[in-house]
Amino acid sequence: MIINGEKKSYPGGRFLSQLLQEEGFRAERVAVELNGEIVPKTAYGDTFVGEADKLEVVSFVGGG
Amino acid sequence: MMKEDKFILGGKEFQSRFILGSGKYNVELIQAAVRNAGAEIITLAVRRANSSGEGNIVDYIPEGVTLLPNTSGARDAGEAVRIARLSRELGCGNFVKVEIMRDSKYLLPDNQETIKATEQLVKEGFVVLPYMYPDLNVARDLADAGAAAVMPLAAPIGSNKGLATREFIQILVDEIDLPIIVDAGIGRPSQACEVMEMGAAAVMANTAIATAGDIPLMASAFRRAIEAGREAYLSGLGRVREAGGEASSPVTGFLRD
Repeated sequence: MIINGEKKSYPGGRFLSQLLQEEGFRAERVAVELNGEIVPKTAYGDTFVGEADKLEVVSFVGGG
Repeated sequence: MMKEDKFILGGKEFQSRFILGSGKYNVELIQAAVRNAGAEIITLAVRRANSSGEGNIVDYIPEGVTLLPNTSGARDAGEAVRIARLSRELGCGNFVKVEIMRDSKYLLPDNQETIKATEQLVKEGFVVLPYMYPDLNVARDLADAGAAAVMPLAAPIGSNKGLATREFIQILVDEIDLPIIVDAGIGRPSQACEVMEMGAAAVMANTAIATAGDIPLMASAFRRAIEAGREAYLSGLGRVREAGGEASSPVTGFLRD
């Protein structure tokens, strides 16, 4: 799968909540797009991310 | 005693008319800058998350401050809408500063794409504050699209060059029935004060503070300049005499023969 433009190997795929944890993201501080669609936070536990999926994980940073 | 002077944006009341940008700082300094600025609205950007999970800027912003995510990085309306939706999903409210640029040298906003993004985001329930080049027709279109304010630039972003667009900002203040928030290019407290004297509703600044020698002290200087300019505007400035002077002291009773 592709996470933030980088190829990652998660054989068999993962549930999103687990994937975020394994990747070291804080779920409460990120927003996620799965193949271009926003995944609501309440759906992280039952959204499955397969090996062919593309994920964007964003957060706030300083900006003007 | 001045009557109560509240700044209302998207149905929320604010006491402060200083919107502080959070870019270019060491996060440790954000808290002191926000406190000294007295700011109640702070802008943020949305970027790919880094996975260290540590030191997220939101952790350093005091409670009760309204977050104003920007759509920086967007090159057209579609990208701005996408960033705005993601920012709302980050769970800090529905304010958004639309910022769309195709030009990476001067960082000037694309007014046409900004109108399109504003129309769409208003439909989706956002409180939209579009960053724009100060053009009266565009400001009218943004007002028609449902923008909560317009944010004309004073000078290119990050330049600290001051009120390069002064006359055109004045036209917006005079003609547009929305808060005019002067954004970008304001480099000194005196310039922030001047634009408030002109009737701007608020000032947004980032680089002027972030690149100052003493960040918290400059945040405080800006706060006071903005308050002074607002009070001067509410007072009504004294008149200008185009030719000659006029004595302030009595013109009778001189100690002479």
